Amino acid sequence: MDFTYTIYIVLIPLFAFLVNGLLGHKIKDSISGVFATLALGVSAILSYFTAYNYFFKVGKVDGVYEKITAFNTTWINFTDKLHIDLGVLIDPISVMMLVVITTVSLLVHIYSLGYMKGDEGFTRFYAYLSLFTFSMLGLVVATNIFQMYMFWELVGLSSYLLIGYYYTKPSAVAASKKAFIVTRFADLGFLVGILFLSFTTGTFDFITLNENASILAQAAPLGFMGLSVLTWAVILIFIGGAGKSAMFPLHIWLPDAMEGPTPVSALIHAATMVVAGVYLVARLFPIFSAVDPIALEIVAIVGGVSSLFAAIIACTQIDIKRVLAFSTMSQIGYMMLALGVSGMGEEGTGFMASMFHLFTHAMFKALLFLGAGSIIHAVHSNNLTDMGNLRKYMPITHITFLIACLAIAGVPPFSGFFSKDEILVAAMNHNPIYFWIEWAVAGLTAFYMFRLYFGIFWANDKKHDHAHESPFSMTLPLVILAIAATFAGFVPFNELVTSDGGFLDIHIHWNIALPSIAIGLVGILVAYIFYKKESSLPSKMEKSVGSLYTYAYNKFYIDEVYMFVTKKIIFNKISTPIAWFDRNVIDASMDSIANITNYFSDKIKTIQSGQLQQYITAFIAAVLILVFIFNYLIS
Amino acid sequence: MIEGIEIQHIILVSSLMFFIGVYGFMTRKNLITMLMAIELMLNAVNINFVAFNKYLHPENMQGHFYSLFIIAIAAAEAAVAIAIIINLYRNLHSIDVEDVNNMKH
Repeated sequence: MDFTYTIYIVLIPLFAFLVNGLLGHKIKDSISGVFATLALGVSAILSYFTAYNYFFKVGKVDGVYEKITAFNTTWINFTDKLHIDLGVLIDPISVMMLVVITTVSLLVHIYSLGYMKGDEGFTRFYAYLSLFTFSMLGLVVATNIFQMYMFWELVGLSSYLLIGYYYTKPSAVAASKKAFIVTRFADLGFLVGILFLSFTTGTFDFITLNENASILAQAAPLGFMGLSVLTWAVILIFIGGAGKSAMFPLHIWLPDAMEGPTPVSALIHAATMVVAGVYLVARLFPIFSAVDPIALEIVAIVGGVSSLFAAIIACTQIDIKRVLAFSTMSQIGYMMLALGVSGMGEEGTGFMASMFHLFTHAMFKALLFLGAGSIIHAVHSNNLTDMGNLRKYMPITHITFLIACLAIAGVPPFSGFFSKDEILVAAMNHNPIYFWIEWAVAGLTAFYMFRLYFGIFWANDKKHDHAHESPFSMTLPLVILAIAATFAGFVPFNELVTSDGGFLDIHIHWNIALPSIAIGLVGILVAYIFYKKESSLPSKMEKSVGSLYTYAYNKFYIDEVYMFVTKKIIFNKISTPIAWFDRNVIDASMDSIANITNYFSDKIKTIQSGQLQQYITAFIAAVLILVFIFNYLIS
Repeated sequence: MIEGIEIQHIILVSSLMFFIGVYGFMTRKNLITMLMAIELMLNAVNINFVAFNKYLHPENMQGHFYSLFIIAIAAAEAAVAIAIIINLYRNLHSIDVEDVNNMKH
């Protein structure tokens, strides 16, 4: 079957970006928004069509889904061996990502029609959204790692533009810079990793890399600290992925990124861009599992630490978007951990679970963010303390938010239960320590989500004068996503998306599912007791854990550590002396050469007196001296 | 060959003329006088050209031609110089070389 048309899935948002970006000032706001939404609608339909064709029409050949290069063109041709291609790679994970991205993006486009209505930069907003969608789609369909890197930077750029969308607000500008610099810093690792990888393997192409993973891994020369060069390459690439996916300790940009408009947080910082790191590891998974096991162990440890760390912080935050941001970080930690504990083929439960969780998480987290946006739209505040009792004012938002909370808390039969269960199974098979960590995180997740839920919709009898249900354009995406979040768990990922494209035999392990349901319910129950009604219990709890609460409330001072390292150590101890050296040694030596020349010319310029006869005298004297020299001294 | 006159005598005359010209050029303050000193130097050179042509290569005429050439150039140069001097006088009301000192540091 011919999949060439998939290129249009990527190009249509680019076209929408160009139209809105270049002609935006000439188009009416409403038209530009509808135009971008329709363009994305076409993209989404094409994606569904592709998914249908790929999974059901073409189906499996010899029991596995094939990787298809639907479109390929050589972009830069250095030599026969070294060339950079642009193309579209169709395989289970990229098709799955196409569906996720276009769905969430389309719903965010629709949602923004209501949410951003009347905003000054309306067309600019839609132009950026389209640019982001284009970049993200280009990233997931990349046929080679260099194309991926290019689009990787493009999503970083569009994320920067959208975080700094309210550019008159200093905090938004600071947040956008922070996001850009931190991820850029991590991307340095990615770039160096690409260079190592392509230097040792001689190719950029994903299909070639993945099919020959074990041969390449064995042939790779020994590098530093007893690990092969290829192992180092994938570890460096993982640093890039960790930066984009806000993994500890490169997560500091994500909470601040919430300065952007809420639909942007839903699209970029919950559902799509932040999972690019997971996608990257999944894309190179055969290489990751072929090299030294330490690489995947690092992925698992970073994922586990991030999920626990973020879950603890999320329990203490007041700003609802920040709670969701830390929750996102925690859930991505789950996905990373699942990849880290996975193997290939029959042992690929973790890989499948990770992709499954990516899918379900995209749905319920986008729903949570859009719900939060709807609430913020009504209350005009991000603070939990300004909310409460909103269930009476916003019934649709209330129900959909509850569904999302149940999904993320892992209550069956909502989607989060199934994917989280698979992750826990994979963790248990690999190492029970990971299982117990993630089990505890599941409890924390249920607790902080229901803390949010009760805090927003119950808690007190506050009267809200302006609060009202959001317009149809905003509630429609909520309802659609709520349906998706409820039923996404029944998508048979073990058949569709696995590490080798084949079938994976899974079933619910009740010995693992029951404890995880139990801890989820305990979390919900505790939140119910604490936050259903105003009570003194939370503050008592805060006091009883004492300094832990203060640490968690201040995000364990990671920002301060970064500030200390950059300001106190790098700026003061390294940059300042270097700047001093530059000013006082290098610049000064050049300056003194100029100054000395200046001084002497100042002294001798009086010779130029303007008196003709003095010149003549000097001239004749010189001639006589030369005559004397040539006649008597040299000859 | 000019009877009874050695080349040394002729060179002596031309040298004297040349250095009188140099001396005049260096000491006189009047621009017209300086111009005259230049003419002296040029003519000293002319004498040398003609004399060496006559004593060294009597069969050739280049020295004579050069003399004529220099005379022509000297005439042109005098015309230009006097025009400059007249303009200077109009501007400065002086033809003293020490008053012409605008081109300095």
